[in-house]
Amino acid sequence: MIAKKLMPALFISGLGIFSLSACKHKPTDAEIQTTVQTAIANYTGISAEVKDGIVTLSGSVSSADDKANIETAVNGLKDKGIKSLTDNISVAPPPPAPTLALSPDDSLTAAVKDATKDFPGISATVSGGVITVTGEVEKSRILTLKQALDALHPKKTNLSAVKVK
Amino acid sequence: MSALTDKYKELLDAANASGITDLQTAETDGVLHISGTAPNADVKNKLWDTYGKIDPNFLTGDVVLDIDVSTAVAGAKVKVTTHETALNIRKGPGTDQPIVGKAAKDSIITLVGKANDQWWLVRTEDGAEGYSYAQYLTPQ
Repeated sequence: MIAKKLMPALFISGLGIFSLSACKHKPTDAEIQTTVQTAIANYTGISAEVKDGIVTLSGSVSSADDKANIETAVNGLKDKGIKSLTDNISVAPPPPAPTLALSPDDSLTAAVKDATKDFPGISATVSGGVITVTGEVEKSRILTLKQALDALHPKKTNLSAVKVK
Repeated sequence: MSALTDKYKELLDAANASGITDLQTAETDGVLHISGTAPNADVKNKLWDTYGKIDPNFLTGDVVLDIDVSTAVAGAKVKVTTHETALNIRKGPGTDQPIVGKAAKDSIITLVGKANDQWWLVRTEDGAEGYSYAQYLTPQ
């Protein structure tokens, strides 16, 4: 009975001790740095410096969205001892998309003629880098045809009009 | 992630996981171009199987898949994988070139060199040498 009555009191005093100790500990700059670095670990090339609770972020990201997301993540850590945030992250433009080495139409036309020689049921035309095939082909041979045409570096291999037997 | 890379996720994942060197993917005007060099013919065939499952008979035309095989080098043995007939061996790289020999279906011949991606210089067991169309030659 006594134990039962004492329980809530023990619980409350326990909480008191716990929260007291949490209040008492002021995070050091090194601890703040670890917290911040963990929060932004998904972004490579970003470093965080902490001095007197002031966090300075530097580095480069590929989009303004990333920069904003990092700022939001770090600002969300204000209760971890961060006094203020200086964001020196720069946004670099993304690298250009790889350019495709496409075959010009005249060499592509000659190559398509070679590739389709053994497919008497079809005819193929080339325009603007796109190979368009019409006619009939056995199901067992469509893979060979597609492989041969894709290997010629076309912009597209259009088989949509081909009837597969 | 675009709709195309989403549709072909299984193919792209397989390409990334199967040791393709120089793997390049680029999307242009609604067509996804995937190219690279497979470590062997088996890897290449599996990628084509995966592609064929997503787009049966390749009729949609929204992918150009161009996979070479790294074992197809000078001196390697290649198998003649024609549909039915023997493979023509020609004097030069082109179907307008005269035929100088034939290689039987399923026979193993030697890859001597490559004129380009499509025309390979080959030599048969009985010494006939000339150019054959690469699509019908499978590296061993």
